[in-house]
Parts: sequence; C-alpha cells; structure tokens
Amino acid sequence: MSANPAASATSESAEPARNLLVARDVHKSFGQTEVLKGIDLTVTEGEVVALIGASGSGKTTFLRCINLLEEFEQGSITVDGDPVGYTDRGGSRRRLSEGRLAAQRARIGMVFQSFNLFPHMTAAQNVMLGLVKVKGMAKAEARSLADHWLARVGLADRADHHPYQLSGGQQQRVAIARAVAMDPRLILFDEVTSALDPELVSEVLGVMKDLAKSGMTMLVVSHEMLFVRDVATHVVFLDSGRIVEEGEPHAVFKNPKSDRLRAFLGRFTDIIGDITAR
Amino acid sequence: MTYNFNFSVIWRQFDVMLWGLGLGLLLAVISLAIGTVIGLVCGYAFRTNNKTLRGLVWGYVEFIRNEPLLLLIFFVYFGLPAIGIRFFDKYESFVITLSIYAGAYLTEVFRAGLTSVPERYVEAAKAIGLKPWQTQLYVVLPLTFRIVLPSLSNNLISLFKDTSLATAIAIPELTFTARQINANTYRVMEAWLTASLLYLATCYLIAIALRQIEKRYSVIK
Ligand SMILES: Nc1ncnc2c1ncn2[C@@H]1O[C@H](COP(=O)(O)OP(=O)(O)OP(=O)(O)O)[C@@H](O)[C@H]1O
Ligand SMILES: [Mg+2]
Repeated sequence: MSANPAASATSESAEPARNLLVARDVHKSFGQTEVLKGIDLTVTEGEVVALIGASGSGKTTFLRCINLLEEFEQGSITVDGDPVGYTDRGGSRRRLSEGRLAAQRARIGMVFQSFNLFPHMTAAQNVMLGLVKVKGMAKAEARSLADHWLARVGLADRADHHPYQLSGGQQQRVAIARAVAMDPRLILFDEVTSALDPELVSEVLGVMKDLAKSGMTMLVVSHEMLFVRDVATHVVFLDSGRIVEEGEPHAVFKNPKSDRLRAFLGRFTDIIGDITAR
Repeated sequence: MTYNFNFSVIWRQFDVMLWGLGLGLLLAVISLAIGTVIGLVCGYAFRTNNKTLRGLVWGYVEFIRNEPLLLLIFFVYFGLPAIGIRFFDKYESFVITLSIYAGAYLTEVFRAGLTSVPERYVEAAKAIGLKPWQTQLYVVLPLTFRIVLPSLSNNLISLFKDTSLATAIAIPELTFTARQINANTYRVMEAWLTASLLYLATCYLIAIALRQIEKRYSVIK
C-alpha cells in the first residue's frame, strides 16, 4: 500500500489503460447451431491476448465478428470506443452500410492463416493498396512506408517479388506488414503459422514478438503454446463458444481449473513437455 | 491432276489480301472489346439477386448461342432497316452483330471467372478497409481477367475466323478479297489456298503471342 493514497490515485488515473476492444455478450449462430454463446472480452492498449481452444470452439468465428467479416445476432463489440457493425437507433439493431463497415475495418488489422496476399501484386503493392486507396496516401509516401515495414519484417530485398516467388513464411510476413502499415488500433491474428512448414514458423513468430514488444495491441489465435506463454499478457480459453478460463498465461497453464482446459493442455504437454517449465 | 498452279495473279493482289486480313483482325478486336464490356456487365448481372435481370441475361445468352451467326448478320443488316432502324453502315452493322454475339459467349466466360476468384482475396481486401467497389476494381477484376485470359484468347481467334462471314454483306475482308480474285481471274485454288494459309498463319501467331501474355500474367500458381 502506498504511503500517499492521493499520489497513487493520480498516478493510476494519469494513464488509464485504454480499452481497445470490448466485446459484450456476443452471440453468433450458423443456422440452428449457436457457435458463440455470449463472449465477454476486454483487450486494453498494448496487451497481447491469446485465444486458445480446441478445433471448432469458435476462435475464428469470434475474430471474424470483430473484423465484421461475419454478422452476429446479439451483443456488442466496441473497438477503441466505436461500436462496430451495428447501430441501435430507435431500439432496433441495424447492420451498418458497407461504406461504414469498410471504414471500421480499416482500423482493425487482420492476418489470415492462408496469408491471402493479392497474387497479382508485388509485396510492396500489397502493402501499398490500403495506404493509397483507403488512406488516400500519395504513392511515393505509401511506397516508402511499405519499404519501411517490409524491412521491419526482414523482407527489404523482396519488396518487388510476387507472392508466388516467396516462401510461406515470407508471404505471411508480408501479410503482417500489410496489416501493420495501416496503423490499426489492434491486429487480429488467426493461426497465422498453422499453414507453414515447421522450419518457417519461428521467423513469423519472431516478427509477432517484435510487434508485441513495440506496444502493438494484438488478439492472437494460436496453437503455439510456448509463444503464448512467453508473449501473451493474457490468455483466454474458449470451449464450445464460451470463455471457460482466462488469466495470466503462466498461472493458467500451471493451474488449469477446468477439466476441459486440463485435457486441452494435456495434448500439448505430450508433444512439448511441461508448458510452464522454463 | 492437271491443274497448273499460277500464283502470279495472287502476288499482284497480295496487298489487297493483306488489307483484307488486317480489316478482319480489326473487326475481331473491336468486337472482342465491346463483347468484353457486355460480358462483364452481364456476368455481374448474373451475380445480383434480381431474378428479372438474371432472366433477361439468360434469355440473351441462350438466344445468341442457339442462332447461326450468319443469320444474325443478315437480321441486323437487312432486317432492322426494313423495320425502320437504319443508322448503321455495313461495318457498324457487322461490328454490332459480332459484339452482341461475342458478348453472349463472354457472359458465360466472365460469370465463371468472377465466381472462381477465391473468397479469401475478397476478405483480405475487405480487411484492409476497401469499399465493395474498390474490392471489385482492384482485386476481383484484375484476378478475373487473369483467370479468363485463355478464354479471351480463344474467343479472339474464333471471332477472327468469324469475320469471314462479313463477306456475305460485302465487307472487303480476307475471304471477300479471295472470292473477288477468284471471280476475276479463275485462279480458284491459288486464291483459296493463299487465303487459308493466311488465316492459319495469323491464328497461329495470335495464339503464340497470347500464350506469352498469358504466361506473363498468370500469377495465381
Ligand atoms: N460458414 C460457416 N457455416 C456454418 N458453420 C460454420 C461456418 N464457419 C464455421 N462454422 C462452424 O462454427 C464452429 C466454430 O468454427 P470456428 O472456425 O470458429 O472454430 P475454430 O475454433 O476457429 O476452429 P479451428 O481451430 O479448427 O480453426 C464450427 O463448428 C464450424 O463448423
Ligand atoms: Mg480457426
């Protein structure tokens, strides 16, 4: 306890952690099957939140709801104070126009499992497209920013290569540069190393680690438990569309409270040994 | 077999044949360009939810694909003026006919091309904040054109061969000039043989050139 309660109160309120993502009671169904059954999640500025869970638990669906690639029936998602996807005028919930959705998506980065680089554009053009067409940046400025970010992900010499001329790991790093260059409030990563050959995984995780260190706010779906343990500030375990457990990674991995999480983690300890061991 | 080949009359009028060939190519390229616009618009129309629009496009495609081209040429050139529509000369009339004809085939080409652009690129475009029309313009259309490039090449070659039907309305393209030489000199074999070889060589060259372009642009591997 601080000797001077007034001082500690001001130092806390001077830098209140900004809530960049607030999801409240998000429900989502595909037809009859409810895939998200009331997700509550808050991500504050600079946090790296890892989303883990078995296949089919709804991780991808939740990320896609945040980025408005998927509609959801109930609940709300707020990104940096701005409720995304829907308006609530006159008590009726209405989907925003495509133009508004596009503007909201521009502030949320997304990196996909399958890279999804535009195959008809070079690495630099991939990064520049959003800068020029969405942000209205001049081409020369966009190019130098693209070069900057491609250098940051270790691909300065690949700027003018097309995706088919790049390895999977390189493509994924371009995709990360493309997302970061837009200067988003937060970036969503959906199993971005799952489609990679094992020897290419670490170069992508390395880039993500650097991003995390630089203070980027990240929501990461990953099966790379060591990465989650070392990089995430908070881990969330999703099971059948519900958040079952969450907390600081070491604590959660060391003392899983639910049987479901214990079983889930057991699959990884079989392969990589005790996750919590240093 | 006592036919005596004599190509000297052909050489004397070879420039006329080459002009005819060039004219045919020009008619084919213009029709392909207009047909591409028609095909794209109709291809997009197929993707809307408007049933009436889709029905109209379907009717157009089916009608054109099941009518002989020569009949369509006659219909536009002789038929329409007979009912009072007479603002085309024979060139315009032919280009209009061939464009509408090409458009029907290209509607199918673009409909298939547009649907075969993988959804993940559309999602990537959305994710960086592109508006729907920007997604179409900068991602879907460039990819569609690359996907349908081989079909466009084949269509150009077909259309070029189809321009020989313009003979029927006295447009002086290659087949027409061959027929004239034939009629004036009675060098039947020489005229048709030369014309055939010119068609063959031209189609072959177009195919080779377009193959190079396809290679250059087929980036989806
Ligand atoms: N477009 C869709 N239509 C119908 N059902 C879907 C669709 N997308 C996902 N689902 C279903 O929703 C559930 C959650 O899927 P989701 O992809 O979010 O899981 P996940 O946690 O990302 O799994 P994985 O680890 O395999 O990627 C699954 O049962 C899946 O079959
Ligand atoms: Mg998934």
